[in-house]
Amino acid sequence: MNLPFILFFICALLAVLGAVLLIIAREPIHAALSLILVMIALAVLYLLLGAEFIAAVQILVYAGAIMVLFVTVIMVLNAEAEERTDFSKIAKWVGLPLGFVLLFAIAHWLYRAHVGPVVASGAGIPAHALSTWDLSTELFRHYLFPFEATSFLILIAVLGAMILARRDE
Amino acid sequence: MEFISQHPVLVASVIKIAVLLFIVMTALAYLTWFERKVVAHIQSRWGPYYVGAHGLLQPLADGLKFLFKEDVTPPTSDRLVYVLAPFLALALALTAIAFIPFGPPDKTFIYGQKIFVVSDSNIGLLFLFAITSMGVYGVALAGWSSNSKYPLLGGLRSSAQMISYEVSLTLSVVGVLLIAGSLQFNQIIENQGGHWWHFLPEWNVFPQIVGFLCYLTAAIAETNRVPFDLPEAETELVAGFHTEYSSFKFAMFFMAEYANMVTVSCLATILFFGGWLSPFPDSWHWQLYLPGAGLMAVGIYCAYDTITRMRGIARLQLTVVTLLSLVIGALCLLPAVAPYVQGPFWFTAKVLVFLFFYVWVRGTLPRFRYDQLMSFGWKLLLPVSLANLVGTALWYAVGWMRHG
Repeated sequence: MNLPFILFFICALLAVLGAVLLIIAREPIHAALSLILVMIALAVLYLLLGAEFIAAVQILVYAGAIMVLFVTVIMVLNAEAEERTDFSKIAKWVGLPLGFVLLFAIAHWLYRAHVGPVVASGAGIPAHALSTWDLSTELFRHYLFPFEATSFLILIAVLGAMILARRDE
Repeated sequence: MEFISQHPVLVASVIKIAVLLFIVMTALAYLTWFERKVVAHIQSRWGPYYVGAHGLLQPLADGLKFLFKEDVTPPTSDRLVYVLAPFLALALALTAIAFIPFGPPDKTFIYGQKIFVVSDSNIGLLFLFAITSMGVYGVALAGWSSNSKYPLLGGLRSSAQMISYEVSLTLSVVGVLLIAGSLQFNQIIENQGGHWWHFLPEWNVFPQIVGFLCYLTAAIAETNRVPFDLPEAETELVAGFHTEYSSFKFAMFFMAEYANMVTVSCLATILFFGGWLSPFPDSWHWQLYLPGAGLMAVGIYCAYDTITRMRGIARLQLTVVTLLSLVIGALCLLPAVAPYVQGPFWFTAKVLVFLFFYVWVRGTLPRFRYDQLMSFGWKLLLPVSLANLVGTALWYAVGWMRHG
């Protein structure tokens, strides 16, 4: 029982709890807050794996930028609490069992991959956290084309959003 | 003892966090006193004067008053979020300070743990921005959960403002990162060591003056201070997002705002003014005694004030202050202690200059109009900080191409 081990289970539980709350919550703001909880718990999990940069960017981009935008939009639209309709019969009789089957399948594969002992012993944590230097060398040397292509794609998306938003004028 | 040797990081961190929390909380309380005093003198008033000598016990009285006030929760509010918002605001504001180095990393205590920084992360700057980028939740959620008009408007305004200015804030800092080539605070600071022409410190503020001005403006807007205090513009929105908050929850928002002020001042000091480095060359040995001498000078002034002006209980209180600063000042002169206080002394001195600047601006400038605020942020500040970034990057690219 070392510290990363305990932290892993706390954050894993928090992430699952946040994800469940996100679906159960009826107020949109509560759902958004649960999603933020998931993001932060995931960031701590990244940190446990030695991926400092990914952890910081996870909080910075998802919790700090995207979710802030979500919360602002919910506030601007003043979204009301969701109304609950009756569960659909198919979801109840087919969806739930299938969901459990999927969960079982994932657990089975994880068990066979022997991830548990690695996590428990803390052996999965690299001795040296990956530095930003290594990361940028990889990103701007080996993966330069995918990186540039992605940024171009995002630029197109930004322009598209602006055109769609200003179509009426 | 065995536990300490097994978990040196854990034990050292808990000690450092406890000490830092105590210091920061006290500093925040006295920051309110400092602000009221300075603004009062700008406006030809005395400011707090009657609770303690020179109003020195005013923060304590304010804190007690906040504790004993009735804590009102509006019946139509969203209970959970309403309670969560102030905690979130204060917790995030205080967490950000954990990444700030107050002194050189070579000063260590139990098992080589650094004394002057809680977490000396390799990417400290990114973590700090990650924490502060979440600070907007406290304000936005407070405005939403109060379920009344003015707080909602205030919360919306502040979210829009903080998102807008965060872009410029982050971009204005990238120039410094290009110079330092690191995201670690201590490396950024150590990179600024040395002097041009033997007297001008090699601080980033000189090559990055445009970036610094952008940072300073964006930082004032980011902390919702005058002249960008639209979220709580009294004349328009009563008190903005915290209109419905009372008692200690209000105090928590107040403390969060001051903690954010301290954080951005610390960041300005680290990135542009050499952090804990002394402005004087190393060859000037007398600077080792400057912290102690400065404190003793304060003590001597307090002694003069005690004798000539103070009467009654105020005289007693100021005598305590006098003795404290004289004793601590004398301690700082000891050769064993002096090297340890250098870093924190210069760091605190620089941060205090920024805090004074904050208050000075508040006492001088009128508030922006909302559309002015937005167009200033997007149409002036963002292009200028972008141009600064592109210019710095080009400068380095040309340099690399020449020298390979």
